Amino acid sequence: MAKKFLSGNEAFAYGVRLARPQVISAYPITPQTIVVEKLSEFVEDGSLKAEFIHVESEHSALSCAMGASSVGARAFTATSSQGLLYMAECLPYAAGGRFPIVMMNANRSTALPWNIYGDQRDSISQLDSGWIQAYAENAQEALDLALMSFYIAEHKKVSTPFMANLDGFVLTHTYEVVDVPTQEQADEFLPSLQTDNKMSLESPKNLAFSAGPDTNTIFKYKEHIGILNVSDAVAEAERRFEKIFGRSYTGLTESYKTEDADYILITLGSISGLVREVVDKLREQGRKAGLLRLRYLRPFPNKEIAEAVKRAKAIAVLEKDISFGNEGTVYTNVNSALQKAGLSIPASNYIGGLGGKNISGEEIESIFDELTDERSRVEFLGIGGEDSGSQR
Amino acid sequence: MKPYLREKIPAGFEDIPDTTSYEAGFLVTKNAGWRNVRPVVDTDKCVGCLNCYLYCPDGVIFKKDGKVAVDYDFCKGCGVCKKICKIGAIEMEAEK
Amino acid sequence: MAVNAKTLNETEFFYGHKACAGCGGSLAVRIALKVLGENAFAVLPAGCMSAVGFNFPQLCFGNNAIISTFAGTASMLTGVQAGLKAQGITDFHAVGFAGDGGTADIGLQALSGAIDRNDDILYICYDNEAYMNTGIQKSSLTPFGARTTTTPAGKNIHGNIRPKKNMFEIAAAHGIAYAATASVGYLNDFMRKVEKAKNIKGTKYIHILAPCPTGWGIKTDETVEAAKEVVDCGLWYLAEYENGSFVLNHKPKEFTSIKEYLRKQSRFRHLTDDDIEIIKKSRDAKWEFIYKNFN
Repeated sequence: MAKKFLSGNEAFAYGVRLARPQVISAYPITPQTIVVEKLSEFVEDGSLKAEFIHVESEHSALSCAMGASSVGARAFTATSSQGLLYMAECLPYAAGGRFPIVMMNANRSTALPWNIYGDQRDSISQLDSGWIQAYAENAQEALDLALMSFYIAEHKKVSTPFMANLDGFVLTHTYEVVDVPTQEQADEFLPSLQTDNKMSLESPKNLAFSAGPDTNTIFKYKEHIGILNVSDAVAEAERRFEKIFGRSYTGLTESYKTEDADYILITLGSISGLVREVVDKLREQGRKAGLLRLRYLRPFPNKEIAEAVKRAKAIAVLEKDISFGNEGTVYTNVNSALQKAGLSIPASNYIGGLGGKNISGEEIESIFDELTDERSRVEFLGIGGEDSGSQR
Repeated sequence: MKPYLREKIPAGFEDIPDTTSYEAGFLVTKNAGWRNVRPVVDTDKCVGCLNCYLYCPDGVIFKKDGKVAVDYDFCKGCGVCKKICKIGAIEMEAEK
Repeated sequence: MAVNAKTLNETEFFYGHKACAGCGGSLAVRIALKVLGENAFAVLPAGCMSAVGFNFPQLCFGNNAIISTFAGTASMLTGVQAGLKAQGITDFHAVGFAGDGGTADIGLQALSGAIDRNDDILYICYDNEAYMNTGIQKSSLTPFGARTTTTPAGKNIHGNIRPKKNMFEIAAAHGIAYAATASVGYLNDFMRKVEKAKNIKGTKYIHILAPCPTGWGIKTDETVEAAKEVVDCGLWYLAEYENGSFVLNHKPKEFTSIKEYLRKQSRFRHLTDDDIEIIKKSRDAKWEFIYKNFN
């Protein structure tokens, strides 16, 4: 292992290099660009042996990755925001084709209005595309996730594409000290891709075919089972990872002081670090606050959420996302988890950080303050003026 | 490999693959029912020039004993072969 | 030895498909695969040939084949080629078969990107001059005057008012390794071009005119005749682009009648003599250009 001072993008690129992808096809977009630049450098200096394809669009980036995956090659791409939306047609295509492609998405606001800064509306708008969705908190987790994502996507019982999300700028451009594993360790962790879901000269196949009403549901059900199997595959990958690299992760969610917490804030991505600080501060004041970080949105950690919050008096979901005309999508999903578990806990939704708007520690504290009245509300952070941001 | 008719049609849950990937050239239905006329080769006239074989959109005309024959399981009766045959060795006959 | 009916690979790779009787597109795919052989990896976008060939469990390609997104023929081909190459596999031919809409309209960006990168792929456009899979709508390769369901012929407008986009020269303008036009009416010429493309490294583009009896309003047995006639009357031409120059492969001594060619097809039935005169003039201008610029 070597310590390096890396940004989130660079850390992810190092992780990708360790995974030895055979084909990389990507199109630059802020704030993802550094990942593809870094990988280009790795290919140039010979430290990464991969076909690097300079595609002319994001649609082609993923279409090309699917072509590579369809012949059994390990494929990687990366995008963000408008780019993710431009390749949207290919997302369910890759998932339905069960191509275990890994893609990094730098979470960024979507136009209009134009904005290059971070929120999570881009990836969350694609939750139903059939991709695994994970959200990293820091650069170390980004690197580790890059490596683990291939293991999980390519797992025999999964065979599903993986979208690893990094908050734009806040994570992609922030430098931290990162442990970079050796190639030997990485090779021990990640076997080469083995799949029958491919065209080959030895065993010719017809792929990506049509399936009519008689069989379509069965194909879709099997796709669903594949992504549900991610839960076990993540556990397996993390056990293996800890054994080889000595760092441990906690599956689809990460609980912080939730065991005895009265009030729990559920969130995802890089904001979790600040929430953790606020929880510590409140704990010092004797207030029982907790944090539940969602590391994965697909598959959705229904059981983990119910288990973590079952003794809480009230919970809130803080997310950088809004499903216009309703509420934050993560909140909708969390409520479904509570309902299925028979939990009737007051649950509120705080929508913040849109277009890169800063979420302050004070705002997080005030969320915990508001939770004490134990009722449900949907609020926008950062509206200002006379409008409190309450949804009417 | 030439696609060919299979005996067992994958239908139930277990038979359906986990992915959209399956053995190449797997046929379960014929096209014979599409036809209301069928090409009939007069082997006495046929000189084996193979033009009909070359131009058949379905590839159902094959070489046989220096001449040609038709796979009626998959012929759709389009009539391209009759038109292309310069010596008039192919006639289209009504299907009964 | 030249590829011809006698020397052609006897194996059928595209068989049992559900294309309409007399389909010109299926003939182009069938012949190209016979020339390329069993090591072909075919990519076909959503369109006629994928719709008729990939209905699970009826799978009509004997070689490796995959459906791409409508816009993604060239980009998926690139991926297939790169994926095989990355695994050290070299004895294959990555070939795409897309229609006129999939090539000249929605797929043009990806095709341009692939040519720009000089990816080692063969892209074959089977041009039936309209969106036939969705039921005969105008594409940018629909010729002037043709009636389609989105360019109806009435008193005011006589069908499609725009000329056919020149895909062959667009491909060539990239400085492509090899480009050619062809017609299912002249299969020996087409086979020679596929055989040639098979042995050239880099991007190859072959544009083959492939009549659609359903969309053109001709009988199912008239496909090959129409594809021959369109060349003979000068509305299509057989040419190649290689090493920076254009070569005309077939010089008709005298053009056959445009009017006769058009009148046989119901898509042109509404055309007036004035319309036909416009078509004739545009043909003559084209040939003037060809004689001036092609070898």
